[in-house]
Amino acid sequence: MNTAVIRRQARPGWVAIDLAELWRYRELLYFQAIRDIKVRYKQTLLGVSWAVLQPVMAMVVFSIFFGKLAKVPSDGIPYPVFTYCALLPWQLFAYALTYSSNSLVDNSHVLTKVYFPRLILPLAAVIAGLVDFAIAFLVLAGMMVYYGISPGPALITLPLFTLLAVGAALSVGLWLSALNVKYRDIRYTIPFLAQLWLFATPVAYSSSLVPEKWKALYGVNPMVGVIEGFRWALLGKSAPPGQMLFISVIATALMLMGGLFYFRRMEKSFADIV
Amino acid sequence: MSDIAVETNGLSKQYRIGVHNAYPMFREALVQAVSAPLRKLRSRFSGQQKRLQAGRIWALQDVNLKVERGEVVGIIGRNGAGKSTLLKVLSGITEPTAGHADIHGRIGSLLEVGTGFHMELTGRENIFMNGALLGMDRREIKRKFDEIVAFSEVEDFLDTPVKRYSSGMYMRLAFAVAAHLETEILAIDEVLAVGDAAFQKKCLGKMGSVAKAGRTILFVSHNMAAVRSLCNRAYALDGGRVVHQGATKDVVNQYLNAVKVPTGLEDDSLDQRQDRLGDGSAKIVSIKIEDADYGEIIDSVSRLKLTIGYRSDKPLLHPQFSATIYDSRNIGLISLHSERTEDLPDTLPPEGHVSCVTEPLHLTPGRCFINLALLKGGSRADYIEHAAYFDVEAHDIYGSGKIPERNWVVCLRKYAWSAEVKQNVQCVHSPE
Repeated sequence: MNTAVIRRQARPGWVAIDLAELWRYRELLYFQAIRDIKVRYKQTLLGVSWAVLQPVMAMVVFSIFFGKLAKVPSDGIPYPVFTYCALLPWQLFAYALTYSSNSLVDNSHVLTKVYFPRLILPLAAVIAGLVDFAIAFLVLAGMMVYYGISPGPALITLPLFTLLAVGAALSVGLWLSALNVKYRDIRYTIPFLAQLWLFATPVAYSSSLVPEKWKALYGVNPMVGVIEGFRWALLGKSAPPGQMLFISVIATALMLMGGLFYFRRMEKSFADIV
Repeated sequence: MSDIAVETNGLSKQYRIGVHNAYPMFREALVQAVSAPLRKLRSRFSGQQKRLQAGRIWALQDVNLKVERGEVVGIIGRNGAGKSTLLKVLSGITEPTAGHADIHGRIGSLLEVGTGFHMELTGRENIFMNGALLGMDRREIKRKFDEIVAFSEVEDFLDTPVKRYSSGMYMRLAFAVAAHLETEILAIDEVLAVGDAAFQKKCLGKMGSVAKAGRTILFVSHNMAAVRSLCNRAYALDGGRVVHQGATKDVVNQYLNAVKVPTGLEDDSLDQRQDRLGDGSAKIVSIKIEDADYGEIIDSVSRLKLTIGYRSDKPLLHPQFSATIYDSRNIGLISLHSERTEDLPDTLPPEGHVSCVTEPLHLTPGRCFINLALLKGGSRADYIEHAAYFDVEAHDIYGSGKIPERNWVVCLRKYAWSAEVKQNVQCVHSPE
């Protein structure tokens, strides 16, 4: 019988991702994501309603303070829809970022006992976030009907922007999860980071407020491109995202590549130091 | 085509230990980066640099194994000898520092049962989760699901979250999943140390059948009886190096001989015990239980050696020591009373040790408890019920691997059956 020989030895520092191996472990990815989803709302009073409650509460607060009191312009769209449409990908991003960053440390007991591609853990955390996203999306659909907004043909591009949000979250999650294994400070910086990032992203305001000369730099934040895309695809009234989206995509791709390589580099020592 | 399943070559693994902080803070790393050159400069004058360096140890050092397909190989050694590290390197959990290991085929590792079990999930969900983690795919788990459930004996609680399980049920379910892992090579680490005796037996039986199915097994255990009965070859590790290798029997014996029996009776747990009777004029302070010939592990044919430490204000006059061995159902098995043998001196110093060595125990495997008493001139000075316990490990005295269980019979003796056909013997029961 001819069987594949696996050689265990010290690897060189930088290695590419083993996609074939990742594919072999796809079912673990599936179960891990399912587990994350199931566990999250077990023994909670409100259960899955949390997925809706969080963005809706944020929308209410934003609508009162930014929409009504501060009178932040919303490109001619009713402010609640305007901000909720951005809160959706933002929550997905913030959730995926937080959970993937903590995924390795939270599963340290598994890391030291079983071998599997470590990439599964942050990936599963990101995928689990998509379920909340889908549930919260239903509310947006309801709101759009209520306000009489119908999306144009640009709607078909929405999955691409969702993918961009997932990619952005994963890219940051990879860096932070690997760093978190070594430096537990990361855990405490994550909520803080998410909070700051929210202000650098056009969730409560429109990116049209940003001066033209700063827009290129602004686009480096991948979530700028994502949210511009969401508003364009769903609400149709904003201008199609151009330069900023392009920069966001490039930024995400670079960060994701870097994150993957850094993760792979650190991966071999996870079990030893976690 | 070679028949090798696992081959290692100069496999070594170094760990950093004694780092002053297990989880370095990000701030410290930054400070370190700034201050390192400064400190280097300073240490040039004070020569302190060496002490600041983190210690390193070799958990594995130049380990060369060769395991053929279908072999069941035991890996024994003391705690910290590198057994678990070896399995971790082989299964890919951690990377070797030097050398390499070639694994021919799929390797599954059981370093722990129930890895990835989540308390909030039900038994059913955990079976799938755990199975996936061990490398089984969904079809494989589905196919074996009923078998796993039957093995675990938790049918009625499949849809209950495992946090409501008793620890026994939890272990059984966890092991049931693990036992059905079907990789070509299986690395098992001390997972049998948990669970009750009956379930341990069932697991050993399962592993035995796995071995017969022609798969390669690397088996790490402290249970010498299990190693002896399952493995045909063994490696003994010490300090990360292979110190003995060869036939299991030889390696186990060499290992047991090499295990240094600590001479001091530093265990003073008996000293602290409050649940004792007697006038307190003398006190039993320690007990050590060992195999009189091999130390450490007691099995069915061990000569038991008890060493009892005592303390008193005055020399002991007409002392008598008594140790009674019970099984877990509190049935008396053996009474070791110095009154009967009259072999202790009439006077003993105020503080010291006495010991008692028995002939081979001939007990079935299982747990035994010891009650201890110290008498002075016939009056009871000290008495501790269940002062200590020890486990009698199975010894395959019949060479068949079949040993009656403790909850059935207590004594284990060799015997021989034969057919006697003589003319003057009448058949009492004729076959018809």
